[in-house]
Amino acid sequence: MSLRAPMTSLAPATPPPPPVAAVGRARGLINFYLASIRLAIADQFQYRVANYFYMIGMVAEPVIYLVVWSTIARQQGGEVGGFTPGEFAAYYIVWTLVRNMNIIFTPYGWEQRIRQGELSGMLLRPIHPIHFDLGYFAGWKFVVIVLWLPIAAVLTLLFSPELDPRPIDVAVFAVAIWGAYLIRSVNYWILGMVTFWTTRVGPIFELVFTAELLLSGRLVPLSLMPDWAQRFADVLPFKWTFGFPIEALVGRLSEAELLGGLAMQALWIAIGSIGVMVVWRFAIRRYSAVGN
Amino acid sequence: MAAPSRDLLRPLRLFGLFFRVGALNELQYRANFAIQIFQSAIALGTGLAVIGLVFSQTTELNGWSQPELLAVFGVHILMGGIIGTVIQPNMIRLMEDVRQGTLDFVLTKPEDSQVLVSVREFRIWQAVDAIVGMVVLGVAVAQLQVGVGLVQTLAFALTLVLGGLMIYCFWLILTIGAFWVVRMDQIVEMFEGVYQSGRWPVTIYPGWLRYSLTFLVPIAFAVTVPAEALTSRLTPETLALAAGFAALILAFTRWFWRFGLRRYSGASA
Repeated sequence: MSLRAPMTSLAPATPPPPPVAAVGRARGLINFYLASIRLAIADQFQYRVANYFYMIGMVAEPVIYLVVWSTIARQQGGEVGGFTPGEFAAYYIVWTLVRNMNIIFTPYGWEQRIRQGELSGMLLRPIHPIHFDLGYFAGWKFVVIVLWLPIAAVLTLLFSPELDPRPIDVAVFAVAIWGAYLIRSVNYWILGMVTFWTTRVGPIFELVFTAELLLSGRLVPLSLMPDWAQRFADVLPFKWTFGFPIEALVGRLSEAELLGGLAMQALWIAIGSIGVMVVWRFAIRRYSAVGN
Repeated sequence: MAAPSRDLLRPLRLFGLFFRVGALNELQYRANFAIQIFQSAIALGTGLAVIGLVFSQTTELNGWSQPELLAVFGVHILMGGIIGTVIQPNMIRLMEDVRQGTLDFVLTKPEDSQVLVSVREFRIWQAVDAIVGMVVLGVAVAQLQVGVGLVQTLAFALTLVLGGLMIYCFWLILTIGAFWVVRMDQIVEMFEGVYQSGRWPVTIYPGWLRYSLTFLVPIAFAVTVPAEALTSRLTPETLALAAGFAALILAFTRWFWRFGLRRYSGASA
């Protein structure tokens, strides 16, 4: 994953203080996002081979789960936990798109930002640094999705998924994948900022990644998990980034569940955003530009 | 390029020498040992949870019982530990050297360049996984309740070595690609993703994938075949195939290394 935060002068040519009016500020922010997105597309499209390697590794994961659970479903007379092999195929192929949407700035990237002083340049810009990450990784998605389409086509031919969504499923899915992106972005920003306090971040990150793997619907559909694990997952943000968008499209949710899910996503985005603001205030005081 | 040495033990001696230096270097960072134990424990717990989840829904997976799958899992961790300790660090270093042009320093040394690039870096704390893998294997063998005799043990050791060699060749072939495609860092994530498939016996995968995981990425030889040796499933044909394929891929890697080197043009110097 690219950790490089290019140091080019991306800051929009907004005039320095006196403070700009709210409208000008919003327009500046939109322009900044568009520029970040364009930059990411140009930047990442250079590395098609590298991106494809990354995607092959990424696709291996759901294919393994899919084969294992389809095998079990067939052994159990055609279904397990309410899933047939075709439904597992749909679940895990949609999974690949959701996983791509969930690529965000890795918490491990903070070490480089802090140790090499990259953050200093970001602090000079007149806007919060999270906007660059949100814009850049949103732009990367366009490259990734273009590269993903042939992979999805091949997987569809190989595993014949049973996918028959209603229009509302598609609509909710289209919103929910961006909701998932935002939830994951803000949560892993908070997690990454732990690096301001300690350099031994690996164990903390791995613990969170493991909890996410098990309790998000990434490993298996949550309905296959034991009851206590499902109840645990209900109070954590993870399932709104994997299980919910996937199940929205594969058509396992009622309309109330679909809209309620979007509301839960909005709630977690709000909680995460507040978390980013609060932690950032304390974290940045500990920053002492080591490096350049 | 270095003049090829006639001394067959020389690569092993170089390996021992670099290993000592690497170990001394890593021993400075003892806290990393604790971190590695913690991370290995998390990975082990996750893997066991997945196996538990599978067997909460079924009693056997394509003819493999729970202890047998545990044995596969043990070999997977063990081989993963070997890869993480010995193979992967060297390949990542090679990739960086090609990109930065610092491979010059290897090529000017009076040793075989392929041997040198393969023995320079070690992550000894990763060997925790090798030990965890052996413990899991031990538990699995105890649960199997069938004696594992001398023949099985020898076959297991042999197939493990062959599998490790094949993984090394596979990694090196990919890394040699860096001579053409300069930015290759995503390869690590690709390999780690694909390697996860070895957690299950390759026989559960559909044909096209099974063949890919055998001959394209030799995970079947590295994990499933040693596990078969231990659970008395190994046929002489499979063993012969493993030996033959290992010889073939070793020879190819040797040729490909020399071929790739011609593309190298020290960018730094």
